[in-house]
Amino acid sequence: MKNFKHSIILFIILMVIWILLTSWETQELIAGLITSFLIAILTYRLEPVLAAINLTPKALLYSIAYIFVFAKELILSNLDVARRVLTPSLPLKPGIVKVNTKLKSKIGKLVLANSITLTPGTLTAEVKNGNLYIHWIDIKEEDVAGATQEIVAKFEKYLEVIFG
Amino acid sequence: MANTIYNLAGIIALLALLLAFVRMLKGPSAVDRIVALDSMTIIAVSVIVFLSLRLGRIIYLDVALVYALISFIGVIVIARYFERGL
Amino acid sequence: MIGAIIALIGSIFLLLGALGLLRMPDVYNRMQAGTKSTTLGSMLFLIGAALYISKGQIWSRVILLILFIVFTNPISSHALARAAHKIKIPMAEETVKDDLTEDE
Repeated sequence: MKNFKHSIILFIILMVIWILLTSWETQELIAGLITSFLIAILTYRLEPVLAAINLTPKALLYSIAYIFVFAKELILSNLDVARRVLTPSLPLKPGIVKVNTKLKSKIGKLVLANSITLTPGTLTAEVKNGNLYIHWIDIKEEDVAGATQEIVAKFEKYLEVIFG
Repeated sequence: MANTIYNLAGIIALLALLLAFVRMLKGPSAVDRIVALDSMTIIAVSVIVFLSLRLGRIIYLDVALVYALISFIGVIVIARYFERGL
Repeated sequence: MIGAIIALIGSIFLLLGALGLLRMPDVYNRMQAGTKSTTLGSMLFLIGAALYISKGQIWSRVILLILFIVFTNPISSHALARAAHKIKIPMAEETVKDDLTEDE
């Protein structure tokens, strides 16, 4: 069942990429359908990574909201980098802190780690079990719970719904 | 007016490419160089798209796509190599 | 006109990222500056350039390229940060804390 869901999602993603790369013509569409279908079947026995994505309306709504949260953080982080680079004294207090996450699925952790890398002043350096090790350019919270609250919480409440 | 601003944007992007190249030359460690190379690739991809649209050679958009794809795989392989050899 | 201004803002972010790459004291901080600003900078630069000739065929490729950059740029910097820590590249003098070394 999980493998089936994974293959369906993979097929849809491949088809969307194909349509973006080629034009909307019958021949191209048929070739894309055949190729995507073959890839989806041939990878059927691999680990069903994409099966963790929830396809409920609520999850869809949350993913749209997530895009806006992510865009806001991305812009803020760029302004943060700009401010730091342009300050002559280079204000830094770097270090690696440990945070933990409630997300179980691999793809959920991947999206969380990617989002953390693009938020102000943080960069994921290692993911081990349920822990993420994060290089923080300006440490505000030294203990695990405080850092988790500061870095992970704002994304986790969306990602928990999207990736069950 | 718009043309002047476009040209200015292109020049600033090339300047960014140059600054990243300076970091690549200076090092000091191998990872520093690869980080600089990674940034240079992303900037170069942007510049390729920019030039292909400005000069009206749309076919070069595919070059940018393939370059981004290959450089990503290259950086991942190099990172693996640093960790434990090939 | 709007496209030109968006492209200009994007190129300024690219320049700031490259400047951060030069100024930051150690490899992890350089990665931070490099990844974040090249992601947003190239996004804006590509959108600005695509607005120069707005055609469906161009937009589809530019959107694909932007999605690709947003997904892969953090992954490659993550892989490099992990490798840098594994081969024990020293951190800057200002560093106050390193949980990852303590846990190993």
